[in-house]
Amino acid sequence: MESTLAVKQATDFKKGIQSGISIAIGYMPIALTFGLIAKTTGLALGETVMMSLFVFAGAAQYISLSLLAQGIGIFEIVLTTFIVNIRHFLMSASLNEKAEEDSIGARMAYSFGITDETFSVAATREGTVNAGYMFGLNLTAYSSWVIFSGLGFLIGAGLPQTLQESMSVALYAMFVGLLVPSMKNNVKVVFLAVLAAAFNSIFTLAELMSTGWAIVLATLLSAILVEAVETFKNGRRAEADE
Amino acid sequence: MNKEIVIMIIGMAVVTYLPRMLPFVMFKGKELPPFLQGILKNVPYATLGALIFPAILFIQEDIWYGIIGAAAAFIAAFLGANVIVVVIGSISVLTLYSYFF
Repeated sequence: MESTLAVKQATDFKKGIQSGISIAIGYMPIALTFGLIAKTTGLALGETVMMSLFVFAGAAQYISLSLLAQGIGIFEIVLTTFIVNIRHFLMSASLNEKAEEDSIGARMAYSFGITDETFSVAATREGTVNAGYMFGLNLTAYSSWVIFSGLGFLIGAGLPQTLQESMSVALYAMFVGLLVPSMKNNVKVVFLAVLAAAFNSIFTLAELMSTGWAIVLATLLSAILVEAVETFKNGRRAEADE
Repeated sequence: MNKEIVIMIIGMAVVTYLPRMLPFVMFKGKELPPFLQGILKNVPYATLGALIFPAILFIQEDIWYGIIGAAAAFIAAFLGANVIVVVIGSISVLTLYSYFF
Protein backbone atom coordinates (compact mmCIF):
# COMPACT_ATOMS: atom_id res chain seq x y z
CA MET A 1 0.00 0.00 0.00
CA GLU A 2 2.77 2.39 1.03
CA SER A 3 4.71 1.70 -2.14
CA THR A 4 1.78 2.13 -4.54
CA LEU A 5 1.15 5.49 -2.93
CA ALA A 6 4.80 6.46 -3.41
CA VAL A 7 4.62 5.38 -7.06
CA LYS A 8 1.50 7.48 -7.62
CA GLN A 9 3.17 10.52 -6.06
CA ALA A 10 6.23 10.00 -8.30
CA THR A 11 4.09 9.77 -11.46
CA ASP A 12 2.15 12.84 -10.40
CA PHE A 13 5.42 14.67 -9.76
CA LYS A 14 6.33 14.08 -13.43
CA LYS A 15 2.88 15.20 -14.55
CA GLY A 16 3.34 18.33 -12.47
CA ILE A 17 6.65 19.08 -14.17
CA GLN A 18 4.98 18.70 -17.57
CA SER A 19 2.11 20.99 -16.61
CA GLY A 20 4.64 23.56 -15.46
CA ILE A 21 6.39 23.91 -18.81
CA SER A 22 4.02 26.53 -20.24
CA ILE A 23 4.43 28.54 -17.03
CA ALA A 24 8.21 28.28 -17.31
CA ILE A 25 8.02 29.65 -20.86
CA GLY A 26 5.73 32.44 -19.74
CA TYR A 27 7.92 33.42 -16.79
CA MET A 28 11.06 33.69 -18.89
CA PRO A 29 10.53 37.17 -20.42
CA ILE A 30 9.01 38.56 -17.20
CA ALA A 31 11.84 37.27 -15.02
CA LEU A 32 14.51 38.47 -17.48
CA THR A 33 12.95 41.93 -17.44
CA PHE A 34 12.67 41.84 -13.65
CA GLY A 35 16.39 41.09 -13.36
CA LEU A 36 17.22 43.92 -15.73
CA ILE A 37 15.04 46.48 -13.94
CA ALA A 38 16.36 45.34 -10.55
CA LYS A 39 19.85 46.11 -11.79
CA THR A 40 18.91 49.56 -13.07
CA THR A 41 17.10 50.23 -9.76
CA GLY A 42 20.39 49.64 -8.00
CA LEU A 43 19.89 46.21 -6.45
CA ALA A 44 22.84 43.81 -6.24
CA LEU A 45 22.77 40.44 -8.00
CA GLY A 46 22.45 38.67 -4.64
CA GLU A 47 19.49 40.83 -3.64
CA THR A 48 17.76 40.31 -6.97
CA VAL A 49 18.06 36.53 -6.82
CA MET A 50 17.18 36.50 -3.13
CA MET A 51 13.96 38.38 -3.81
CA SER A 52 12.93 35.89 -6.50
CA LEU A 53 13.93 32.96 -4.26
CA PHE A 54 12.08 34.16 -1.16
CA VAL A 55 9.10 36.09 -2.49
CA PHE A 56 8.28 34.35 -5.80
CA ALA A 57 5.54 36.79 -6.80
CA GLY A 58 5.96 38.62 -10.09
CA ALA A 59 3.62 41.60 -9.75
CA ALA A 60 4.68 42.38 -6.17
CA GLN A 61 8.37 42.21 -7.06
CA TYR A 62 7.91 44.64 -9.95
CA ILE A 63 5.95 47.04 -7.77
CA SER A 64 8.58 46.91 -5.02
CA LEU A 65 11.21 48.02 -7.55
CA SER A 66 9.21 51.00 -8.71
CA LEU A 67 8.50 51.98 -5.09
CA LEU A 68 12.20 51.64 -4.21
CA ALA A 69 13.06 53.85 -7.16
CA GLN A 70 10.63 56.47 -5.85
CA GLY A 71 12.38 56.35 -2.49
CA ILE A 72 9.38 54.91 -0.64
CA GLY A 73 10.02 53.34 2.76
CA ILE A 74 10.35 49.64 3.53
CA PHE A 75 7.20 49.45 5.63
CA GLU A 76 5.02 50.81 2.83
CA ILE A 77 6.62 48.43 0.35
CA VAL A 78 5.90 45.42 2.56
CA LEU A 79 2.33 46.63 3.13
CA THR A 80 1.77 47.10 -0.60
CA THR A 81 3.16 43.61 -1.21
CA PHE A 82 0.64 42.22 1.26
CA ILE A 83 -2.26 43.98 -0.46
CA VAL A 84 -1.12 42.87 -3.91
CA ASN A 85 -0.79 39.25 -2.78
CA ILE A 86 -3.87 38.88 -0.58
CA ARG A 87 -5.63 37.33 -3.58
CA HIS A 88 -3.57 34.18 -3.04
CA PHE A 89 -5.61 33.56 0.11
CA LEU A 90 -8.65 33.04 -2.06
CA MET A 91 -6.72 30.79 -4.43
CA SER A 92 -5.29 28.62 -1.65
CA ALA A 93 -8.72 28.30 -0.04
CA SER A 94 -10.09 27.18 -3.39
CA LEU A 95 -7.24 24.74 -4.08
CA ASN A 96 -7.54 23.29 -0.57
CA GLU A 97 -10.97 22.00 -1.63
CA LYS A 98 -9.50 19.81 -4.35
CA ALA A 99 -6.27 18.85 -2.57
CA GLU A 100 -5.78 15.23 -1.52
CA GLU A 101 -5.02 14.33 2.08
CA ASP A 102 -1.29 14.99 2.34
CA SER A 103 0.53 15.75 5.56
CA ILE A 104 0.12 19.29 6.84
CA GLY A 105 3.86 19.81 6.40
CA ALA A 106 3.67 18.90 2.71
CA ARG A 107 0.74 21.25 2.18
CA MET A 108 2.50 24.07 3.97
CA ALA A 109 5.56 23.47 1.81
CA TYR A 110 3.80 23.43 -1.54
CA SER A 111 1.60 26.40 -0.62
CA PHE A 112 4.75 28.54 -0.97
CA GLY A 113 4.55 27.98 -4.72
CA ILE A 114 0.96 29.17 -5.25
CA THR A 115 1.01 31.91 -7.86
CA ASP A 116 -1.69 33.09 -10.28
CA GLU A 117 -0.19 30.73 -12.81
CA THR A 118 0.47 27.56 -10.77
CA PHE A 119 -2.96 27.99 -9.18
CA SER A 120 -4.68 28.32 -12.57
CA VAL A 121 -2.99 25.20 -13.91
CA ALA A 122 -3.66 23.11 -10.78
CA ALA A 123 -7.22 24.32 -10.27
CA THR A 124 -8.35 23.62 -13.85
CA ARG A 125 -6.82 20.13 -13.80
CA GLU A 126 -9.23 17.18 -13.93
CA GLY A 127 -9.74 15.46 -10.57
CA THR A 128 -7.69 16.15 -7.47
CA VAL A 129 -4.15 17.44 -6.83
CA ASN A 130 -1.62 15.98 -4.42
CA ALA A 131 1.76 16.97 -3.03
CA GLY A 132 3.69 15.12 -5.77
CA TYR A 133 1.88 17.01 -8.52
CA MET A 134 2.16 20.37 -6.76
CA PHE A 135 5.89 19.96 -6.11
CA GLY A 136 6.53 19.11 -9.76
CA LEU A 137 4.43 22.02 -10.99
CA ASN A 138 5.97 24.52 -8.57
CA LEU A 139 9.52 23.33 -9.16
CA THR A 140 9.31 23.98 -12.92
CA ALA A 141 7.74 27.41 -12.49
CA TYR A 142 10.04 28.39 -9.62
CA SER A 143 13.24 27.32 -11.37
CA SER A 144 12.35 29.37 -14.42
CA TRP A 145 11.52 32.41 -12.27
CA VAL A 146 14.71 32.31 -10.18
CA ILE A 147 17.15 31.38 -12.95
CA PHE A 148 15.87 33.94 -15.44
CA SER A 149 15.78 36.69 -12.78
CA GLY A 150 19.50 36.15 -12.26
CA LEU A 151 20.20 35.89 -16.00
CA GLY A 152 18.24 39.08 -16.65
CA PHE A 153 20.46 40.88 -14.16
CA LEU A 154 23.63 39.49 -15.70
CA ILE A 155 22.95 39.71 -19.43
CA GLY A 156 20.09 42.20 -19.66
CA ALA A 157 16.83 41.22 -21.29
CA GLY A 158 18.92 39.19 -23.73
CA LEU A 159 16.18 38.31 -26.21
CA PRO A 160 15.62 40.07 -29.54
CA GLN A 161 13.24 43.01 -29.06
CA THR A 162 10.51 41.51 -31.28
CA LEU A 163 10.54 38.19 -29.45
CA GLN A 164 10.66 39.91 -26.08
CA GLU A 165 7.52 41.85 -27.03
CA SER A 166 5.60 38.93 -28.47
CA MET A 167 6.47 36.76 -25.46
CA SER A 168 4.72 39.25 -23.19
CA VAL A 169 1.49 37.56 -24.28
CA ALA A 170 2.61 34.11 -23.08
CA LEU A 171 1.00 33.98 -19.64
CA TYR A 172 -2.25 35.49 -20.88
CA ALA A 173 -2.33 32.99 -23.73
CA MET A 174 -1.85 30.27 -21.13
CA PHE A 175 -4.76 31.60 -19.06
CA VAL A 176 -6.92 31.57 -22.20
CA GLY A 177 -5.73 28.05 -23.00
CA LEU A 178 -6.75 26.88 -19.52
CA LEU A 179 -10.11 28.65 -19.52
CA VAL A 180 -11.55 27.95 -22.96
CA PRO A 181 -11.82 24.12 -22.75
CA SER A 182 -13.90 24.47 -19.57
CA MET A 183 -16.03 27.19 -21.18
CA LYS A 184 -16.92 24.85 -24.04
CA ASN A 185 -18.31 22.23 -21.68
CA ASN A 186 -20.01 24.39 -19.11
CA VAL A 187 -22.01 27.58 -19.57
CA LYS A 188 -21.53 28.38 -15.87
CA VAL A 189 -17.80 28.82 -16.53
CA VAL A 190 -18.61 31.34 -19.27
CA PHE A 191 -20.70 33.41 -16.86
CA LEU A 192 -18.05 33.21 -14.12
CA ALA A 193 -15.21 34.36 -16.37
CA VAL A 194 -17.12 37.05 -18.27
CA LEU A 195 -18.66 38.53 -15.13
CA ALA A 196 -15.32 38.66 -13.29
CA ALA A 197 -13.64 40.18 -16.36
CA ALA A 198 -16.38 42.83 -16.56
CA PHE A 199 -16.16 43.72 -12.85
CA ASN A 200 -12.37 43.85 -12.98
CA SER A 201 -12.45 46.09 -16.08
CA ILE A 202 -14.83 48.50 -14.37
CA PHE A 203 -12.78 48.59 -11.15
CA THR A 204 -9.43 49.10 -12.87
CA LEU A 205 -10.43 51.37 -15.76
CA ALA A 206 -12.44 53.65 -13.46
CA GLU A 207 -9.44 53.58 -11.12
CA LEU A 208 -11.69 52.73 -8.18
CA MET A 209 -9.04 50.62 -6.44
CA SER A 210 -5.59 49.06 -6.86
CA THR A 211 -5.15 46.06 -9.16
CA GLY A 212 -4.70 43.70 -6.22
CA TRP A 213 -8.05 44.54 -4.65
CA ALA A 214 -9.79 44.75 -8.01
CA ILE A 215 -8.93 41.13 -8.82
CA VAL A 216 -10.00 39.89 -5.38
CA LEU A 217 -13.28 41.78 -5.41
CA ALA A 218 -14.14 40.96 -9.04
CA THR A 219 -13.45 37.25 -8.44
CA LEU A 220 -15.50 37.12 -5.24
CA LEU A 221 -18.46 39.07 -6.65
CA SER A 222 -18.62 36.85 -9.72
CA ALA A 223 -18.20 33.59 -7.77
CA ILE A 224 -20.86 34.56 -5.22
CA LEU A 225 -23.39 35.93 -7.74
CA VAL A 226 -23.20 32.89 -10.01
CA GLU A 227 -23.45 30.53 -7.03
CA ALA A 228 -26.43 32.44 -5.61
CA VAL A 229 -28.27 32.35 -8.94
CA GLU A 230 -27.59 28.62 -9.30
CA THR A 231 -28.73 27.83 -5.77
CA PHE A 232 -31.89 29.88 -6.34
CA LYS A 233 -32.64 28.10 -9.64
CA ASN A 234 -31.98 24.66 -8.14
CA GLY A 235 -34.22 25.51 -5.20
CA ARG A 236 -37.05 26.46 -7.54
CA ARG A 237 -36.55 23.33 -9.61
CA ALA A 238 -36.66 21.22 -6.44
CA GLU A 239 -39.91 22.95 -5.45
CA ALA A 240 -41.40 22.32 -8.88
CA ASP A 241 -40.49 18.64 -8.61
CA GLU A 242 -42.34 18.21 -5.35
CA MET B 1 24.06 43.07 0.46
CA ASN B 2 22.34 46.13 1.85
CA LYS B 3 20.80 45.32 5.23
CA GLU B 4 17.66 47.39 4.62
CA ILE B 5 16.97 45.64 1.33
CA VAL B 6 17.41 42.24 2.98
CA ILE B 7 14.94 43.19 5.73
CA MET B 8 12.51 44.41 3.06
CA ILE B 9 12.81 41.13 1.13
CA ILE B 10 12.20 39.08 4.28
CA GLY B 11 9.16 41.22 5.11
CA MET B 12 7.82 40.78 1.57
CA ALA B 13 8.45 37.03 1.79
CA VAL B 14 6.47 36.71 5.04
CA VAL B 15 3.43 38.71 3.91
CA THR B 16 3.39 36.83 0.60
CA TYR B 17 3.71 33.38 2.17
CA LEU B 18 1.04 33.80 4.87
CA PRO B 19 -1.99 34.25 2.57
CA ARG B 20 -0.75 31.31 0.48
CA MET B 21 -0.30 28.99 3.45
CA LEU B 22 -3.03 29.87 5.98
CA PRO B 23 -6.07 28.41 4.15
CA PHE B 24 -4.41 24.98 4.03
CA VAL B 25 -4.01 25.09 7.82
CA MET B 26 -7.26 26.87 8.72
CA PHE B 27 -9.54 24.68 6.60
CA LYS B 28 -7.70 21.38 6.99
CA GLY B 29 -10.14 18.52 7.47
CA LYS B 30 -13.05 20.93 7.84
CA GLU B 31 -16.24 20.44 5.88
CA LEU B 32 -17.29 23.92 4.79
CA PRO B 33 -20.98 24.78 4.21
CA PRO B 34 -22.09 23.71 0.69
CA PHE B 35 -22.72 27.27 -0.46
CA LEU B 36 -19.18 28.30 0.53
CA GLN B 37 -17.77 25.19 -1.16
CA GLY B 38 -19.67 26.15 -4.29
CA ILE B 39 -18.14 29.65 -4.24
CA LEU B 40 -14.62 28.28 -3.80
CA LYS B 41 -15.16 25.90 -6.73
CA ASN B 42 -16.18 28.91 -8.84
CA VAL B 43 -13.07 30.88 -7.90
CA PRO B 44 -10.66 29.40 -10.51
CA TYR B 45 -12.80 30.37 -13.51
CA ALA B 46 -13.66 33.80 -12.12
CA THR B 47 -9.98 34.39 -11.33
CA LEU B 48 -8.99 33.49 -14.88
CA GLY B 49 -11.51 35.96 -16.28
CA ALA B 50 -10.19 38.73 -14.01
CA LEU B 51 -6.54 37.87 -14.68
CA ILE B 52 -7.02 37.99 -18.46
CA PHE B 53 -9.18 41.10 -18.66
CA PRO B 54 -8.45 43.96 -18.98
CA ALA B 55 -4.68 43.35 -18.47
CA ILE B 56 -4.19 41.54 -21.80
CA LEU B 57 -5.12 44.75 -23.67
CA PHE B 58 -2.18 46.62 -22.17
CA ILE B 59 0.74 44.21 -22.65
CA GLN B 60 2.15 46.63 -25.24
CA GLU B 61 1.35 50.24 -26.08
CA ASP B 62 -0.39 49.12 -29.27
CA ILE B 63 -3.75 47.83 -28.03
CA TRP B 64 -4.13 45.64 -31.14
CA TYR B 65 -1.22 43.63 -29.92
CA GLY B 66 -3.19 42.30 -26.98
CA ILE B 67 -6.40 41.88 -29.01
CA ILE B 68 -4.67 39.84 -31.72
CA GLY B 69 -2.77 37.78 -29.16
CA ALA B 70 -5.98 37.05 -27.25
CA ALA B 71 -7.87 36.16 -30.43
CA ALA B 72 -5.10 33.80 -31.58
CA ALA B 73 -5.03 32.08 -28.20
CA PHE B 74 -8.82 31.84 -28.07
CA ILE B 75 -9.09 30.28 -31.53
CA ALA B 76 -6.28 27.78 -30.88
CA ALA B 77 -7.79 26.78 -27.53
CA PHE B 78 -11.29 26.55 -28.99
CA LEU B 79 -10.02 24.18 -31.69
CA GLY B 80 -8.76 21.95 -28.88
CA ALA B 81 -5.04 22.74 -28.92
CA ASN B 82 -2.91 21.82 -25.90
CA VAL B 83 -1.99 24.74 -23.59
CA ILE B 84 1.65 24.79 -24.73
CA VAL B 85 0.52 24.91 -28.37
CA VAL B 86 -1.81 27.79 -27.50
CA VAL B 87 1.07 29.70 -25.88
CA ILE B 88 3.56 29.11 -28.69
CA GLY B 89 0.91 29.75 -31.35
CA SER B 90 -0.03 33.08 -29.82
CA ILE B 91 3.63 34.14 -29.54
CA SER B 92 4.21 33.17 -33.19
CA VAL B 93 1.21 35.13 -34.46
CA LEU B 94 2.39 38.22 -32.58
CA THR B 95 5.96 37.83 -33.83
CA LEU B 96 4.58 37.82 -37.38
CA TYR B 97 2.36 40.81 -36.58
CA SER B 98 5.22 42.92 -35.23
CA TYR B 99 7.36 41.86 -38.20
CA PHE B 100 4.86 43.24 -40.70
CA PHE B 101 3.53 46.28 -38.81
